[in-house]
Amino acid sequence: MTNPSAASETPSKTLYDKLWQAHVVAEMGDGAALLYIDRHLVHEVTSPQAFDGLRLNGRKPWRLAANLAVADHNVPTTDRSQGIADPISRTQVDALDSNCDEFGITEFRMSDLRQGIVHVIGPEQGATLPGMTVVCGDSHTSTHGAFGALAFGIGTSEVEHALATQTLVQKKSRSMRVTVHGKVAPGITAKDIVLAIIGRIGTAGGNGSTIEFAGEAIAALSMEGRMTVCNMAIEAGARAGIIAVDQTTIDYVKGRPFAPKGENWDKAVAWWNTLHSDAGAKFDSEVLIEAADIKPQVTWGTSPEMVVPVDGRVPDPAKEADATRRQGMERALHYMGLAANTPINEIRIDKVFIGSCTNSRIEDLRAAAKVVGGKRIASNVKLAMVVPGSGLVKQQAEKEGLDRVFLDAGFEWREPGCSMCLGMNADRLSPGERCASTSNRNFEGRQGQGGRTHLVSPAMAAAAAIAGHFVDIRG
Amino acid sequence: MQAFTQVTGLTLPLDRANVDTDAIIPKQYLKSIKRSGFGPFLFDDWRYLDAGDLDIDPATRRPNPEFVLNQPRYKGASVLLARENFGCGSSREHAVWALSDYGFRTVIAPSFADIFFNNSFKTGFLPIVLKDEEIDALFVEAQAEGYRLTVDLPEQTVRTPGGKSFRFDIDPFRKDCLVRGLDEIGLTLQRSEAIRAYEARRKQEAPWLFA
Ligand code: SF4
Repeated sequence: MTNPSAASETPSKTLYDKLWQAHVVAEMGDGAALLYIDRHLVHEVTSPQAFDGLRLNGRKPWRLAANLAVADHNVPTTDRSQGIADPISRTQVDALDSNCDEFGITEFRMSDLRQGIVHVIGPEQGATLPGMTVVCGDSHTSTHGAFGALAFGIGTSEVEHALATQTLVQKKSRSMRVTVHGKVAPGITAKDIVLAIIGRIGTAGGNGSTIEFAGEAIAALSMEGRMTVCNMAIEAGARAGIIAVDQTTIDYVKGRPFAPKGENWDKAVAWWNTLHSDAGAKFDSEVLIEAADIKPQVTWGTSPEMVVPVDGRVPDPAKEADATRRQGMERALHYMGLAANTPINEIRIDKVFIGSCTNSRIEDLRAAAKVVGGKRIASNVKLAMVVPGSGLVKQQAEKEGLDRVFLDAGFEWREPGCSMCLGMNADRLSPGERCASTSNRNFEGRQGQGGRTHLVSPAMAAAAAIAGHFVDIRG
Repeated sequence: MQAFTQVTGLTLPLDRANVDTDAIIPKQYLKSIKRSGFGPFLFDDWRYLDAGDLDIDPATRRPNPEFVLNQPRYKGASVLLARENFGCGSSREHAVWALSDYGFRTVIAPSFADIFFNNSFKTGFLPIVLKDEEIDALFVEAQAEGYRLTVDLPEQTVRTPGGKSFRFDIDPFRKDCLVRGLDEIGLTLQRSEAIRAYEARRKQEAPWLFA
């Protein structure tokens, strides 16, 4: 590209460039464009005000079939035959039901076997496909980038905009590539990989960027693992994370209810096979991580970047030179009730949560069950719960007998939903309780006011449940 | 949408980095199906000593006197001064609604999380990025009682009472929408033909997307 006369040749493109260009309806100047939205996923928390906006302005959804709705944040994970006990939660779920009825949007209701966390059901149904633009009023929409889709979270005003126009005004972001080079050691999961990445680049490291995850260790992941990685791109500040399409992607999509069939399938696969960054494509920034260096990760603080390997210790703020950071660390330690330099494997826990859009897919449950198999949860663990990501995941797990493994060990086996990932339903931590959680955010109060969250992989959460404190699953 | 031109207001310094949306408005309030009424719950966990919920009258709760928002000298503040990565975490636009409903019109910080930044413009709320050293200087100055900054969007400046002026960048389209209080959906629908033309073309290339 040094020869200016060669500028008219097709330059090497990143995957992000390709996805962006395929969806531009109109250029709006200054790097902004009106982007077409192929798939819009809707849940009950961020949509009621958007539907109200449509009604107020006499507008209708632009293309009904592009939308798919499900209630997940507020739904109970215990017996549902009596409906939702909390009247405020019930109002919100009822509002979604009636809005979907009124506007004609397909919704998986609470009693539907296909109901589950919005970021689990989209891929499970084939409603998320490679090459799509996927949006949802939820920051973890980045999950769907695992399919080589451009997927990002939006606020309620943009939910309304997507409903009304099937487009969004977006500014092209910078591009970042995180390459995880080589193979991970046995026992290291997608969750450890992404926590290690966040530990390296920080929670603001990806701000203003779309992160492409690449390298041998990423390519070796299953689709479940890739979803875990892209899910937490937002925790690194990136609105979107993407991974190139390969045979693993295509095999996963094939035969799913919303996936293309027959002639359309062949046509789709031909395009999907082009969805990777070209050799020589330029990124605005590059990060290289050695897979072999990654150990099982445990967060110790109130931001996902506050993370250390399980054989490490809680860091000491006194050793931090930057004043704002030091204060942040001190505040986090105070909130978490931890002393600096405490070995991670001496931290005792009160509760265990296996679930959330990060780690509630069948592979996650299998990994946890494998660790649990035949053992009992420790006496100091007051509650250990497994919340499958969808009704179909739950059904599959039961077919494999995983529910028995968990129940026999003293875990609770629940109905699908967001649950204690954010505690909008009845599942939450009490003040001071410490939880090993497979979710994605350890912010103050995230799992309940005063609750203390440590983010880990499903296998690490299961091992902590058995031991009563964090343990190195490699040991 | 409420237009934004010039705001002069009492400035509240919130000296914490990575203020996340769970801190700005905790989840229990997201169960509301309205767009207004979030102001009393802004920074809820920091602001009150006891737990709250949608059906608990905030007037009956115990405010935390230590928290900056509860200090009498900052009553009526409309300009928020913050540290890096403000608004990280979830996509909840309720965070912006809570800040607006409380009375803030603008937040000035060295950096923002992307979704929060985007959401702000949709509600007539202006997020301003200034340089680290400018923010540091403002935090020092804002210790003065009754400190008021002036934010001038047409001019793209933040002016201090002492006459210093800091320039900020803003995307021209967003600026125009804010200054004129335009409805973005209405604007986009003026391009309906372009959207239809795109769909027609795309149906040929990728028919499975429209099956
Ligand atoms: S599981 Fe947690 S992070 Fe995922 S969508 Fe639900 S609340 Fe959000």
